[in-house]
Amino acid sequence: MKNLAKVVAFGLLTIGFFTLFSNFGIPQLEPAPPPADEELDLSAMTMEDFVALGDRIFNGKGTCTLCHNPVGGRAPLLDNAAATIRDRLRNPGYGGQAETLYEYVRESMLEPSAYVVPGFGKAGTNDTESPMPAASGGSARLAEAETLAVIAYLQDRWGLDITVEIPADAAEASQDESATAAAVQRPLGSPQEAFAQFACTACHIFEESGGQIGPNLSRIGATRDKEYLRRAILEPNADVTDGFLPNLMPNTYAQQMYVSEVEMIVDYLAGRK
Amino acid sequence: MFIKRSTGSAGGVSLLAALLLVGMFALISLDSGVAFAAEDVVATNTDVVYPPAPKLTAADYPQVKGFNGRVAVWLAAQLHLWFAAFVLAVPIFVFIIEAIGMRTRDKRYDDMAYEFIKVSITAYSVTAIFGGLLVFFLVIFYPQLFQYLTTIFKESMIYYALLFFAESATLYIYYYGWHWLQGGFRKWVHLTLGLLLNAVGTALMFLANAWATFMMSPGGVDMAGVFSGDTWAAIHNVLWNPLNIHRVLANVAFGGSIVGAYAAFRFLSSTIADKKAHYDWMGYNANFIAISALLPLPFAGYYLTAEIYAYSQQMGITSMGGIFAWLFIIQAVLIGTLFLSANYYLWCGMGRSDGAVRYNKFVKYLAIVIIAAFLVWFTPHTLVLTNEELKALGGPYHKYLGPLGIMPAKNIAVNMMIIFTTVSFLIYRRANKIPIVSWVKTGNAVLFALFATGILNILFLGIYHGYFTNTAYKVASSIPQVLTTLTIIVASTVIDALMYKGAREVAPLHWGRIPDRAQYALFLLAVAFTWLMGLMGYIRSGLRQHWHVKDIFRDASPDAFTPTLGYAANVVSIGAIIFLMLVIFIFWLSQLAGRKSSSAHYWKAQAT
Repeated sequence: MKNLAKVVAFGLLTIGFFTLFSNFGIPQLEPAPPPADEELDLSAMTMEDFVALGDRIFNGKGTCTLCHNPVGGRAPLLDNAAATIRDRLRNPGYGGQAETLYEYVRESMLEPSAYVVPGFGKAGTNDTESPMPAASGGSARLAEAETLAVIAYLQDRWGLDITVEIPADAAEASQDESATAAAVQRPLGSPQEAFAQFACTACHIFEESGGQIGPNLSRIGATRDKEYLRRAILEPNADVTDGFLPNLMPNTYAQQMYVSEVEMIVDYLAGRK
Repeated sequence: MFIKRSTGSAGGVSLLAALLLVGMFALISLDSGVAFAAEDVVATNTDVVYPPAPKLTAADYPQVKGFNGRVAVWLAAQLHLWFAAFVLAVPIFVFIIEAIGMRTRDKRYDDMAYEFIKVSITAYSVTAIFGGLLVFFLVIFYPQLFQYLTTIFKESMIYYALLFFAESATLYIYYYGWHWLQGGFRKWVHLTLGLLLNAVGTALMFLANAWATFMMSPGGVDMAGVFSGDTWAAIHNVLWNPLNIHRVLANVAFGGSIVGAYAAFRFLSSTIADKKAHYDWMGYNANFIAISALLPLPFAGYYLTAEIYAYSQQMGITSMGGIFAWLFIIQAVLIGTLFLSANYYLWCGMGRSDGAVRYNKFVKYLAIVIIAAFLVWFTPHTLVLTNEELKALGGPYHKYLGPLGIMPAKNIAVNMMIIFTTVSFLIYRRANKIPIVSWVKTGNAVLFALFATGILNILFLGIYHGYFTNTAYKVASSIPQVLTTLTIIVASTVIDALMYKGAREVAPLHWGRIPDRAQYALFLLAVAFTWLMGLMGYIRSGLRQHWHVKDIFRDASPDAFTPTLGYAANVVSIGAIIFLMLVIFIFWLSQLAGRKSSSAHYWKAQAT
């Protein structure tokens, strides 16, 4: 009986150690909630709203930045891709069907294997098969209107004329009844939702996760006040932290965010000490 | 008489659970056409009509007051898996040990094999109980998911239930016929039954694996989840075989650790020297089994992860980045615990041999390398820092420790841990022997060269390709590293076995001459394995995120969010405590069969 008690105590202590280490030895990251299903209302949308929608999808639901980022090198970078795409369309090695930049981006999103950029194919396929799921499938499942919004966003980001037209009716343009948050959605309710929606961790480390393009936000409140944080969101190039490059953070959040969302994020970050 | 009562109990529960399973499948199959709306039904190129995956809302998930559906299913599934892993693994090594006994004509092996299967027999009925519970919870809390899976896997579920009967029948004949089927042809019949038992058990597990991996990498369905009617495509999905291989190895390692804990417990409880010697020997063999399966396990895990990446780069990145990246730090602690406890047990076990003194001086170096490798594996990639700390450090990574946080360093570390555990094994094997072959010096030189060149090759591949080439080479270089380690293990074992063939013993081994603390290393091995299995079950399932079936059937329940690691650890710990308490109960039950009370007048004498 004495041995049994010792063995039980030893087992409980061991499990207790593993449990305590998992709870207190490592950061407790709060994963982003599943993307919400909301109706897409295109009827009152301006092209600016439509581009903003594309931005949200590109950096959020579409999970594009998971691979199209400078850290992992798993997919081509899209920062200044317009010139590259035009060159590629003229290159005899290009094997897709597209003739214009719009068609190329659309083809890349909906038929990623139609042409695979050399070096970015699935292992063992000699760049004939792309690891990227079609944007209309996979976990993103973009509706037609959402695909168009992403193209509009990319054209805008590359400084081109937007050739995409906003579909007249979301229901007709949609393959999926579940559409992501529209530009005229309600303000987000929590900092976690806002972080997910605006893809902050694509560039910033937050609680040990995220990119390294921008400063670490895990304890930013210890060194920066609310005024600084607010300015950093709304005018990101006004004061760039030493060691980081200017012009990398989008300067469109003033248009994309509700005031309540900006204040919610500022309060949240200011409290991270 | 006691044995007969036990038979009725265990068999009755198993049969009852099996009947429940079959009944549930039948009910669900009959009901399968009702919940899908007619307009959603899509005709395929076969005569059978299959519906798309349903689109659910939170209201489609029944709530039961006082129960969290996800946690209930999680715990039932995990407990079922723990017990199933144990009862499927034990017959694998029991079969091998029985065959060794037949080959060497050493009855000790036969007795040990019987004792192992005796421990697992009671666990069999508990496995079935948790299997039944899992089905009940799935039907109660996730009826639409269960219905969808049943639509696709209905045939395989029926075969599963039938195989369950075959497994029960074979296991009971194998166990209860052990002493009856002894000697000559009868023993061969018994061994054949063992083989049949393993074949049926493995088939059972592979079928269940198909259902689990279908949810991660669905096959035989289109983007809307409409089943093509090709059951084999659904079973033979991309991740099926990688998981099959991983689970067979993990089950053997886990099963070995559990029977090792049993032997350790019996060792500590025994006061008679013969009994202590017997359970010491049993514990050594259990540890050997566990470690033999543990050594190739990281490679099977690597293969599974590589296939996850190949199937879905997004799922791969999710597994190794963000929240799950930290899970691998916890995993590193557990793997380090496993390797250290297994090695520590071996080093303590060298005390059984009078000849071990020749090798004791090497142990500290082995310990240093294994602990260093563990620390490298444990080193995180990025650090939580304030801006001041960031400036002081010059970036988010430590100047010297930062490079140890990335995969190339961890690949080197895990290969070193495995290689030096192999060295521990070789030293232990040699401890009590003196070789008599003429080529001992040459053999040792070859072995030294094998280990030295192998280690240098692993270091070169890891450092050069890991730090001085691009990402593609970083990943690709891990394959020759793994092949190098496997080559070292196989070649060194073969050379060592040939070199020590017919070797003289320094003195008879003193079984039982081992400190009690070594037994706690065996307990640590069992607890760490149990907890690790639970943790890896969480990530395997968690990779689907908010999808019941990845990318085709969304989880719309209130619990669709990915829990934090702390939350997951708490659930795993609760499950592990329940599992280990039940295992202790089963150990106690297995001892009951040997206990007898005698009364001169049976009942009347006590009544007066």
